[in-house]
Amino acid sequence: MATLFQGLPSSTAFSSSNKFNHVPAPTSFSERKSSIVTVRSDARWSPVLNYATHKPQRLITNAVATKADSSLASTSSKPGHELLLFEALREGLEEEMERDPCVCVMGEDVGHYGGSYKVTKGLATKFGDLRVLDTPIAENSFTGMGIGAAMTGLRPIIEGMNMGFLLLAFNQISNNCGMLHYTSGGQFKIPVVIRGPGGVGRQLGAEHSQRLESYFQSIPGIQMVACSTPYNAKGLMKAAIRSENPVILFEHVLLYNLKDRIPDEEYVLSLEEAEMVRPGEHVTILTYSRMRYHVMQAAKTLVNKGYDPEVIDIRSLKPFDLHTIGKSVKKTHRVLIVEECMRTGGIGASLTAAITENFNDDLDAPIVCLSSQDVPTPYAGTLEEWTVVQPAQIVTAVEQLCQ
Amino acid sequence: MSFSATNFAQPRPVPVGIRSNEKSLSSDPFRFRFRGSPSFLGSPHSLRFNPTPPLKLAIPHSRRSPAAAVTDVSNGKMVKSSANMLFGFVLQLITKEEGLELYEDMILGRFFEDMCAQMYYRGKMFGFVHLYNGQEAVSTGFIKLLKKEDTVVSTYRDHVHALSKGVPARAVMSELFGKATGCCRGQGGSMHMFSKEHNLIGGFAFIGEGIPVATGAAFSSKYRREVLKEASADHVTLAFFGDGTCNNGQFYECLNMAALWKLPIIFVVENNLWAIGMSHLRATSDPEIWKKGPAFGMAGVHVDGMDVLKVREVAKEAIERARRGDGPTLVECETYRFRGHSLADPDELRDPAEKARYAARDPISALKKYMIENKLANEQELKSIEKKIDEVLDDAVEYSDESPLPPRSQLLENVFADPKGFGIGPDGKYRCEDPKFTQGTAHV
Repeated sequence: MATLFQGLPSSTAFSSSNKFNHVPAPTSFSERKSSIVTVRSDARWSPVLNYATHKPQRLITNAVATKADSSLASTSSKPGHELLLFEALREGLEEEMERDPCVCVMGEDVGHYGGSYKVTKGLATKFGDLRVLDTPIAENSFTGMGIGAAMTGLRPIIEGMNMGFLLLAFNQISNNCGMLHYTSGGQFKIPVVIRGPGGVGRQLGAEHSQRLESYFQSIPGIQMVACSTPYNAKGLMKAAIRSENPVILFEHVLLYNLKDRIPDEEYVLSLEEAEMVRPGEHVTILTYSRMRYHVMQAAKTLVNKGYDPEVIDIRSLKPFDLHTIGKSVKKTHRVLIVEECMRTGGIGASLTAAITENFNDDLDAPIVCLSSQDVPTPYAGTLEEWTVVQPAQIVTAVEQLCQ
Repeated sequence: MSFSATNFAQPRPVPVGIRSNEKSLSSDPFRFRFRGSPSFLGSPHSLRFNPTPPLKLAIPHSRRSPAAAVTDVSNGKMVKSSANMLFGFVLQLITKEEGLELYEDMILGRFFEDMCAQMYYRGKMFGFVHLYNGQEAVSTGFIKLLKKEDTVVSTYRDHVHALSKGVPARAVMSELFGKATGCCRGQGGSMHMFSKEHNLIGGFAFIGEGIPVATGAAFSSKYRREVLKEASADHVTLAFFGDGTCNNGQFYECLNMAALWKLPIIFVVENNLWAIGMSHLRATSDPEIWKKGPAFGMAGVHVDGMDVLKVREVAKEAIERARRGDGPTLVECETYRFRGHSLADPDELRDPAEKARYAARDPISALKKYMIENKLANEQELKSIEKKIDEVLDDAVEYSDESPLPPRSQLLENVFADPKGFGIGPDGKYRCEDPKFTQGTAHV
């Protein structure tokens, strides 16, 4: 498995390597001493994910910018254990499979191969080939099979090797997964979890860089969550498995190697709640998945410039946690949405509508939504980098918003 | 006087070539003794149904009347000699009770569908309604052999599958009327019949999308047996679908998976030759669907779907195979729908001669004739069944008429199994806790 973050844009001077000690520009103390993959899921940010540091402008990052964070219980219990995000997913999955024998996994290469991102590594040996089922390459049908199995009492987790492949399963997800509980008058529940890596990776090409959250969000009857840290990955995985509703869990292809410390004790997060990443006063920045890190990167700069952004990882893409979001809007009166989804019809678009509808009176300025460009993700590193939102753009947007 | 099953030798699978509709199921599914030109229902190369093809024994003969075996019997060839064992076999198929059960089920299906048409034209039901007239033998032949725990998956032409599986006529009729007492609380409609109690998991509007769900139900059964170690989990799943579906990818993907994992499923193709206005012969490169089973490593069988006894015969073996754990079967039932694709279909493309030919093979008349000629029942008994069904249906219509329409409060109720899925509202409470939610007026 390739190491670390494969998301470094290759347009940089140090494009040939993944080694961070080749990164010339940043001079921050904290960067120099940071280990490659350490990311605190509380607000202490070790700027390893310098996607944008190749940019000519220098982001001054030497301040420990964060306030004491009381709302994150994530790593508060020091004794936890450290692991990478994909291991956290696996841990959650394994715990649930041990807890309930009806939980099973199906997908391509989940069994003997251990999953293309190793989320299910070792599980087939432990639980058997039927519980961790290697399917043929037939997304529509094995997703439908998972739905049928769920209707008849099992709790399958369906893995799309890449989220984009689930486009082939759209028929089953939309028609059956979302609808059948309703159409059957409540007789059958469909407790499936559909998960897989999505998002823009490192020059993976257009088809492997899709963000399907926008396509699935209109389907009634499903819930969508996006994980971004090892802590919430495990918690959301467990919550999704335990939920009686069909849940789509969006993972990000570049975040699998995030390392963090998570509690030893069992915990399950709420599927509907958002996560307060960094409390602040001046502006509410709503984000999810990988963009959380771009936002936190930008937050460092913003803090240095004297701004105090409140960063919320919305986590629940459908439904939105309007309570957490609303509280924040009422406090700061300015909203910036940063997402990796496409501009048109994306999560940001829906979120903008929801906030305007509910909290219009609390807004001092129009909502600004930074999304990816409406282009198929190009292969070339430079172009790819320009399709997604970079920290510099976030900084600029906040500055404009706060004028 | 009824024939008891012990009078003659036990029924056994008929050798191929005699009742040449069926391939011998006990023989190697990969090698069929069927030889001859692939002139299935007339040459696949001609676009019109060929009414009188050369009658070769090896060809799945659909042109012979399903009652042929019966007439052979009634012509007095019924002797106990070994030469006529095949006819003796034909005689042995059902007892009186079974015969009456089959007859009643088919009459229920037929009369129900006729009542649906009436109600539709009276404005009691709307939308797409697809009727099953003419195909009753397939539903009855298969489903009456199932246990309650076995699962049935159907398509949009699902009223009769629901009835055969045991869903009360009242529940189906009020579902069609869109009433709250329907089997799906009025939320499904004609194309989405579901019943947890009777293990009917749909009712699907898009063709082919029920097949993976059926595969999943079969997978569940296998999982229970092998992973959860429930020894009694030998439930089988039946997936019904049509000829048009057999050109759809989901069909093939599921044939592959079912054969690969030896799932306890039976794929029942109700080949009525027409997908709305598209003739099966115009849409399919090789119209013999049963052949596609062996390509995936499973038994493929063709049967005359207008003869309930033949269907039942084939169904028995397929179900037993699945229950044993020996894997899936693909059964192609040649059948015909007497009405159009749906009540909105003008049905102009089908040749009246073809319709007449199949009308002569009406499965209900065939069974009636069989039962009377074999002294399994008399006119009166059958008439009394018909009268009983008439009453059942009148009651169903009356019940549906009087049932309430779904109230507004039902609107948001079953969207999620766990209504927390509607999320947290601006006030911090879950939306489902909002009283407007239960009234159906909440904006979610």
